[in-house]
This record gives sequence, structure tokens and C-alpha cells, in this order.
Amino acid sequence: MNPYLAGVGIGLVLLGAFVIMGRGLGASGAFSSAAAAGMASVAPERAATLEPYAAYLGDERRGPLSDWLVIEILGVTIGGFVSAWGAGRLRRGVEKGPRVSNRARLLYAFGGGTIMGVGAKLARGCTSGQALTGGALLSVGSWIFIIAAFAAAYAASPLFRRQWT
Amino acid sequence: MNAPLYEIGAFGETGALVFALGLGIVFGWFLERGGMGNANKLAGQFYLTDLAVFKVMFSAIVTTLLGLYWLSRLGWLDLPLVFVPPTYLVPQLLGGVVFGVGFVMGGLCPGTSCVSASTGRTDGFMVVGGMLFGVFVFNEMFPLLEGVYRATPRGPLTIPELIGVPFGVVVFAVVAIALVAFVAAEKVELHFRPAVRSGEALGDGR
Repeated sequence: MNPYLAGVGIGLVLLGAFVIMGRGLGASGAFSSAAAAGMASVAPERAATLEPYAAYLGDERRGPLSDWLVIEILGVTIGGFVSAWGAGRLRRGVEKGPRVSNRARLLYAFGGGTIMGVGAKLARGCTSGQALTGGALLSVGSWIFIIAAFAAAYAASPLFRRQWT
Repeated sequence: MNAPLYEIGAFGETGALVFALGLGIVFGWFLERGGMGNANKLAGQFYLTDLAVFKVMFSAIVTTLLGLYWLSRLGWLDLPLVFVPPTYLVPQLLGGVVFGVGFVMGGLCPGTSCVSASTGRTDGFMVVGGMLFGVFVFNEMFPLLEGVYRATPRGPLTIPELIGVPFGVVVFAVVAIALVAFVAAEKVELHFRPAVRSGEALGDGR
């Protein structure tokens, strides 16, 4: 699909979220919920006392809708799956450049995910909750996040060129 | 009609979760159709060979901005009832820098890693696992990071409020900048696309 058309589609979904819910879309919040649930099952004491876990658990959670993003992300995985299925793009494999081994690519993927996890927590959101949602609401902090994230990615891109090109 | 529907009590928590699932499904569908489930395509953004990330993201922002402006102007949407993420200048600057490095390293962002994983890509699963581990690392280090995390709060500050210009004027400016940037993006891609380079190697063009 033409990327501009996909963008308009995503923009209408985001607008729909604002009109229906009064809030936007997100992704990293679902990971926060999952991490909190995991910690609560392993070490309930710690999960209840350390704020970034407790904020997503039980009575401490931020309002009754803290599970909203988990369900939304569940929807994202279903929607992505259905779309790829319909387009014949469902395939087991690894996306990478030609010069790097699968093993190296998977290590980079895990490392990149870890770094993004820390960054998204510090910034209170990711490409969905800050860049798209906050960006469309003209939030000052969200635009700082967008500019900082893209500037840093371009600055760091030579370090990872071998992985992609 | 008046909106946000949930905020005015049109439906309850169960209804909200049904909408979460529905909106998520359509969001994931468009992400996949736009090629956003593919780490190679996303990484192209940072080597200027494929600017689909920029195009998808900014056409989405422009669409939503124009929608918010007109729905609010027609009196159908009560904009002050929409939740604006609060601004924290320093943590969002630092968090953005950290996030950007992880993005070009992992090739997927948190939402798109879920699409990549659900379409069968192992690298998508690894980014999902890394994200969970990163959240765990941050949470465990929270006592150390709390000072930075809470620094420089500015509340739900928006660009129109910051520079004292009406919402509509900023919307117009962002749309104008985006249109110019879309034209520039097409030129950049033509210049950096590998296909053009292989054409050069064959000696059939500039």
C-alpha cells in the first residue's frame, strides 16, 4: 500500500481513538503492564512497592483503563497478522541486510529492544504514544521526543550500517 | 453529537476495551500494509534508501491534526477533554536520544515489533523480548533514575500555548511543512535508492 495512504489510515484510527475514547494510541505502555504482571507473579512484594511496577497493578494502577493499551496491542498483533495473511506476507524468517548473520541480527534486535525499553520509559512513551499521539496533539514534550529520537538514530546509524546494507 | 464519547459517558469500561481491540486491529492492519512490520524497510529511513517511516508517520499526524481541528471547530469534539501527554523536557529529550539509538539498532519500534512478530519474523520477537527486558532494567533502576524521570515538568503543554499562536495557525504551519517535506522525501529517495545506484553501474544515467 502507498505509504501516504497507510498514514492517512493510521491518522483516521488515531482520530477515532480521540473521538471515541478521548485518548490516543500507544505501545510501550502495554510492555509496562506485561513487565509489571510478570514481576507481580515472581516477586509480589517488590512489584507492589516499586512505583513503575505498582503504577500498572491492582488498586495502584492509573485508573480503570490501564489494561486499555494491552487490549489495543493485542488488536495490533491480530490486525498485523490478518493483513500479512491476506497479502501472502506471513513467513517465518529474519529481516536483515545481506552482510550480517541471523545470529548477529537477532542479538542486535534484542539489544535495540532493550535500549528502546529504557528510552521509552524515561520519555513516558514511544513512537505510538509520544510521536503519533502526542505529536498530533502538538504536545511540546512529544515533539522534543520526535526530534531527539530521529536525530539520535541518524547520528548512530553508521554504527549499524553493516547490519542493514 | 458530542465527543469524546467515553468521556461523556456514552459507554462503560467493557465498551472501552471492545473499542481498544477494534482500534488496535485497524492500527495493526494499516501498519502492516504500510510495510511497517519489516525491519529492513524501517531501517531504510536511517540510510535514506526508503523514507516510508517518515511518510507514514507524518501523513498520519497531518490527518489527525486536520481532523481534530475541524471536528473541534464544528463543535463535535470537545478538545479540552482529550488527554494530552504531559511534558517533561529533560527526560523526554534524553529518553528520545536513547530510544532513537535503540530504534536504528533494533530496526523496529515497540508497536511495529508486535506486527513483525505476529507475521512470523524472529527479529520481531527479539525486539519484543528486548523491550520487556528494557522496561525491567528501567524499573529496577528506578530509584537511581527517579530524579531525572521527574525533572522539568511542564504539564500538558502544547506548541500553540508555548508560542502563543492559535491552534489553527500551528495546524496550518505543520501541514505546510509536511507537504514540503513530502516533496523533499521523494527527491531524497530518488537520489539514494539502490536501484538508481545499480543504474549508475550500468552507465545508463546520472
